[in-house]
Amino acid sequence: MKRSVPLIITFLTGFFLVVAFFVPHEPFGELEQRLLVWFAIVSGFTMLLGIDNLIRSHARRIARTNTGWGHSIVLLMGLVVTVVVGVIGFSRLGSPFHIHSPFMFVYTHVIVPLQGTMFALLAFFIASASYRAFRARNTVATLLLISALIVMLGRIPIGAAISDFFPAAQEWIMDVPQLAAKRGIQIGAALGAVSMSLRIILGIERSYLS
Amino acid sequence: MDSMGMIIGTWLAGFLTLAILSFLYKDNPFYKLAEHLYVGVSAGYWLIYVAFFDIKPMLIDTFMSETGFEKWIILIPGALGLIMLSRWFPKIAWLSRWPIAFTVGIGAGLGITANLQGYVLPQVQATILPLTGFTVADLSNLILIIGVVTTLMYFYFSKPHKGLLGGGAKIGIVFIMVSFGASFGYTLMARISLLIGRLYFLFHDLLRILD
Repeated sequence: MKRSVPLIITFLTGFFLVVAFFVPHEPFGELEQRLLVWFAIVSGFTMLLGIDNLIRSHARRIARTNTGWGHSIVLLMGLVVTVVVGVIGFSRLGSPFHIHSPFMFVYTHVIVPLQGTMFALLAFFIASASYRAFRARNTVATLLLISALIVMLGRIPIGAAISDFFPAAQEWIMDVPQLAAKRGIQIGAALGAVSMSLRIILGIERSYLS
Repeated sequence: MDSMGMIIGTWLAGFLTLAILSFLYKDNPFYKLAEHLYVGVSAGYWLIYVAFFDIKPMLIDTFMSETGFEKWIILIPGALGLIMLSRWFPKIAWLSRWPIAFTVGIGAGLGITANLQGYVLPQVQATILPLTGFTVADLSNLILIIGVVTTLMYFYFSKPHKGLLGGGAKIGIVFIMVSFGASFGYTLMARISLLIGRLYFLFHDLLRILD
């Protein structure tokens, strides 16, 4: 019961999705769309589990006054305020995503700058990592270094100012060798995913039950 | 939004931008505050997003507006979602395997159809390119085909990399390194573009130094 029912559910959902792909007629035709809606609903509930975990973990930190407990208060307050303004936006304007909703104020003036700056910060860390990684120790490492430099120079105005070679070479690298390796990796990864999916549907791979 | 709201919002965004950038000096309380606020606010944002774009239209609105079979069938994913919450109760936590099995089954089903339809076949199709002459385009097509095949050879580990497979794998690693370098440069430039956006915000919107 504890293991066989989940295995049957996995088999049936996976099997019907594959059948719906190859038999786009009644009763399978709309089954894929229906299962995808169901998937979105079930996944939505998992959000509650994640939020619960986050709240418990930080509430515990506050209760025990562990290091950084003040930051946990900020985190929980941010969470609560965002949810509250979302509910206010929904009740007053019909949608939390209404342009005049306080929820959109939080999105525009808190989430966007925090997210943008957090990712922008990565530029410095990537540059720092490249200083360590980009050493022409052997032929292939030199290739990595040269292609990265050409792409970087080719995508900024100074590259074109130095020579027309950089924008053209950048475009060629992105369109030919870069695309070739990316395509090879994608085909390999997709075939791997297909075989893993088959293992899951057939019940050979069961690690998700543990 | 009124002008006072805009002013407060801009100053708040400016403070948070500087708080994150302050990490470049060293880890400090302002960065920690902004970091934790980001996690909390993002979690709240996604909770509202999921409730408004998933649960409400797909489950609640469907149940309220539909009739007959459609009205009741939608309760199945609703029930599975509620069963997922059984993890909160240790005695019946094992029940949560059912909705997990359902999501894994969907993922596996899509893993076959979407990967074949979305990746394998289109990528193979796009690699079958014409080699009809001795132009630059034909040379590029040839290099592309060789690159795809040799990259796949490099990632084929079921046989030792010797002979033809070994030679192909050696060419494959050349393409892979060029690709990684190009992807690296591309990613770095994208991040720098974001940084320029944030600096523009600071100097244009907040400090009004730039026109």
